[in-house]
Parts: sequence; structure tokens; C-alpha cells
Amino acid sequence: MIAVELGKLARRPRTWLSIGLLCALPVLVAVFLAVTELGPGPGEQPAFLSAVLSNGALFPAAALAIVLPIFLPVAVAVVAGDAVAGEASGGTLRYLLLRPVARTRLLAAKLLSLVAFVLAGVVAVAVTSFIVGVALFPSEPAAVTSVSGVTLTASELAARIAGAVFYVAVSMLGVGAIALFLSTVTDSPLAAALGALAALVTSQVLVTLDAAGAVRPYLPTRYWLAWIDLFRDPILWRDIDRGLGLQAVYVAVFLAMAWANFATKDIKS
Amino acid sequence: MITTSGLTKRYGGVLVLDAVDLSVQEGDRYGVLGPNGSGKTTLIRLLLGLVYATSGDIRVMGQPVPRRLNTVLPEIGALVEGPAAYEHLSGRVNLALLDAAGPGGVRRTRNSRIAAALDRVGLAGIDNRPVKAYSMGMRQRLGLAAALLRTPRLLILDEPTNGLDPQGIREIRDLLHDLNAAGTTVFISSHLLPEVEQLCTRVGIVDQGRLILQSDLAALHTPTGRVIVATPDADQAAVLLDGRVDQRTGDRLLVRETDPAALNARLVGAGLRVTQIVAEHLSLEDVVLAVTRPGSDRVDRPDDRS
Repeated sequence: MIAVELGKLARRPRTWLSIGLLCALPVLVAVFLAVTELGPGPGEQPAFLSAVLSNGALFPAAALAIVLPIFLPVAVAVVAGDAVAGEASGGTLRYLLLRPVARTRLLAAKLLSLVAFVLAGVVAVAVTSFIVGVALFPSEPAAVTSVSGVTLTASELAARIAGAVFYVAVSMLGVGAIALFLSTVTDSPLAAALGALAALVTSQVLVTLDAAGAVRPYLPTRYWLAWIDLFRDPILWRDIDRGLGLQAVYVAVFLAMAWANFATKDIKS
Repeated sequence: MITTSGLTKRYGGVLVLDAVDLSVQEGDRYGVLGPNGSGKTTLIRLLLGLVYATSGDIRVMGQPVPRRLNTVLPEIGALVEGPAAYEHLSGRVNLALLDAAGPGGVRRTRNSRIAAALDRVGLAGIDNRPVKAYSMGMRQRLGLAAALLRTPRLLILDEPTNGLDPQGIREIRDLLHDLNAAGTTVFISSHLLPEVEQLCTRVGIVDQGRLILQSDLAALHTPTGRVIVATPDADQAAVLLDGRVDQRTGDRLLVRETDPAALNARLVGAGLRVTQIVAEHLSLEDVVLAVTRPGSDRVDRPDDRS
């Protein structure tokens, strides 16, 4: 079943289109930056972009910061929102269940293919942006300066970028789980994706609001930028650990809700 | 093969099925007839475990449903509320994906099983066009092919000839006859009387959520105790049979009489010519119209409805 789900994901033009668009945005930014050499000042958003002008090898980190706030969660919400609701609205859900595929198993396969999509997307962004960064900017992969001013070796940099890729992918799973849950509630893939994005925007607004300080540590986007701490020396683990824990809680809660809802639901589509 | 007792389903507060006691024997060609919105599709969804009963029991092949769905479903081929497929993929790829998704779809035999199923439903020469380019009839045939992919013991088909032309309807009827002769129990739902009348051996009539009649089809065709007589000497015949003619249209008479042979002898004995004489039987349509009310797609003003 998992192989079937991955096959369906790979056969959808939309999968490759969204990954292509994810990779294209940082490339666009890189081209503008290389042509004008007008970087944002140090410390301004998006992170790392000012440093890229002097060392292109850091561009994967900047690219992650560029796609993280909107592009990546939108892609994840669309794919996850489509997971069950898309099958329901197309009528194929009932034939899968009659095949028979147990409902729990179907949900697990959908989740795993979502994880595969997120990983593929984030890794693709990291790889393309590294190539573009090295091609367009002066690069010394062996001597990248960390946020704290210490010089990183090439292998240290690779490990930290890999860590950032992993952290960003995990950060997306919370949104994915919310969208997957909504996907079991409605038969409209659009409604499920928009619902998850609404939750996301709410979270992003509240994170910046001092009045909402009491709930801030529990917002799904609160620790989204914590992977930047991977580029400090020594690495600041506190927010990264909290971010991973928080995402795990969101995934567990919304998956449990998705399962409870889907396993007992009347399939009327 | 299928037994339900007191099967009841409510959606919210609306009673969709009310205490249905269905009984389908192995080897039957069973047709569920009923107007639109009478609960036929809900009944099929319940039998297949897509929706859960509010109360009552279901047994399919002796196993309780939905508890033992995993042992029952692999032996069932089904078509529920129209076929469905991934629109951007070809028919063959759709069948292969579906086959790979569940148990019992041995990969080694997959391509030959797909070819055989497509052949049975008349899609043997299908190319690699995506399903979105298929006509409605082709989709219906593809849906049937999916149901036949693993030679099921029981076929549950909701409106199996939807979207087919008269030629296609005939083909599918012959196909279902053949499968039934080879031992497959066939259970269909339909709102089309001729479809059920021509295919089925047993019929259940559902109206407003209740199974109001369940019988062998042959038993429904009971004689009405009247004889249809066609004669060019209708006037004399009417005089001769005075008091027993229920109805006369042109040279056709409807005579209260149980024995057409005796009636024929009497008419001919009186020197009257007879072109046609036959005992009147109830048609399935008479039975259905007598026991059902208008379908839920008809909405009358409240005072028009009794």
C-alpha cells in the first residue's frame, strides 16, 4: 500500500510542479541578488541572505529561510489536504476501502507519502540552492563563517545544513498533520488545505503579538526558525529541542484525531 | 450469501433504512428495485462496510459485517454509485494500482488478470489514454473490470448498466448471466424494471427505506384471473360473455375467467373468430407500482400528497 501511495504521488504532475516551484523561488532571489549585489543588512530577514553575497556555499540555509514561511507550508497543506479528501471527492476512496485496504493502513500510507513529499521538497531546495549559490556567488565551502563568527569546515557546514533540512522537514509535519486531519473531516481537498493554512496564519500572527505571550510556546510556528541556531557556535539546542518536541505533540494529537475520525466515519462519497 | 436482520440506518435524524431483513442465497441473481432515494445505495454501502449500521445485523458469506470485513471483501467485486478512477492515469494503470493496493493481488498474474477483465467487459483494445478522455460507458465498463479483477464469489453492483447504450446493456446482462452460471452470486440494485426483470431470479423492492417485498421473480408473475381475448367479432363476444367482460378496447376484451382453453372453446363453439387468447399475468411493473410511492425526487405540494 505504501508503495502504491508513493507511486501515485510520483505520477502526479502536481507533485513535481510544486517541488519545481519551491526550488525556483530561491533561484529567483539568487539571480536578483547576484545581479544587483544589494543584500539585506546583517540580521535582517530572510536569514543568511546578507552572508550569501560573500560566500555562496551558505545559500542553502538562506533558501530554506526563504521558502519556510509561506511556500513550503502551502505545498505541504495542499498535498496533505488532498490525501483523503481528494480520494473522497474523486470517488476512489470507496474503491480503495473495498479493495480492501484497512482504514488505519490507508491513513498510515498517506502519512508516509506526505513525509516523503516533504523530505523530497526540502532536500531538492537544499541541493538546487547549493548549486546555484556556488555558481552565482564567490564561494569557499571550506571556510564559512557561522552566525557567531567562528569559521566552519566544509564537513561541519554539510552536517549543519543536513540538520537544518531535517529540522525544517519536521517543522512541516505539524501543518501536515492538521491538514491530514481536516482531510478526513471534509470531502473537499481545498477546504482541508485552506483550513490548515488558516491555522498556520493564525499561529504566525499570534507569535508576533506580545498580548498572546501566554500561548506563544504552544503555537506550531513558534520554533520554526530555531534551525538558525544550528549555525551558531556552539549550537544552541534549547529551541531546537523544544521545536522538535512541539511538532511531535502536534503530529501525535492531530494524527490521533484523524484516525479516530476516519476509522469510524460513514463513507458517503 | 447475504443476510440482514433488522438493519436500520439513520443519517443524523433521518431514517434512511428501516428494519431491513434481506436474504440472498448463494447462486441467486438478486435485484433490489426501488425509486430514487429509497435507500438502495445506502443498503449496498452497509453491506460493504462503507457506512456503519445504526442497529441490526449483517452477515455476508456467513461472516459478521463490518467486524470481519477483511475476510469478506477480498471475495466481493463491487460497483458503488458509479465507477471512479484516477483521471490522469490510463485504465490499465488504474486497475494495476487498485490491484496492488490490497491483499490477494498477486503481481505475477496481474497483467494477465487485467487483460482478462478488460476483455470480459469489452475493453480489450483499450489504449493508454487517460481516464479523463473516456466516455461514460467506458468508465462504467472499467468499473466493472475492476470488480471482476480477482474472480469474486459475490458481485454487488449498484446500477451496473448506468451510462451504457442498449447494446452495452445487453452485453453486460449476458456477462452477468455467464458469471452467475459459473457460480458467482450476483446482487444488483436498479431503478430500471426491465433490467431487473430480464436479469434476476429474485427481487426485493425497497421503498422509503423499507424492504416491502422480497420474492422469487416467477412468483410475482401470478395470473390475475383474467384472460385477454382479441377477436374481430368483439361485439358478439361481448354479448355472449355478458357480465364477465371487465374492459373493452377496440377488439380486445378483458374477460374474468381462469381457463383460457375453456373460454376459447366456448367462443369458437359459438362461431366467433379468435386471433389471440392468453391468461393475464401481473407484470413486475404492476407489482412495483402497487407497493411503492413516488420517489424522493418528486416533490409535491403538501396538500397533493395523501
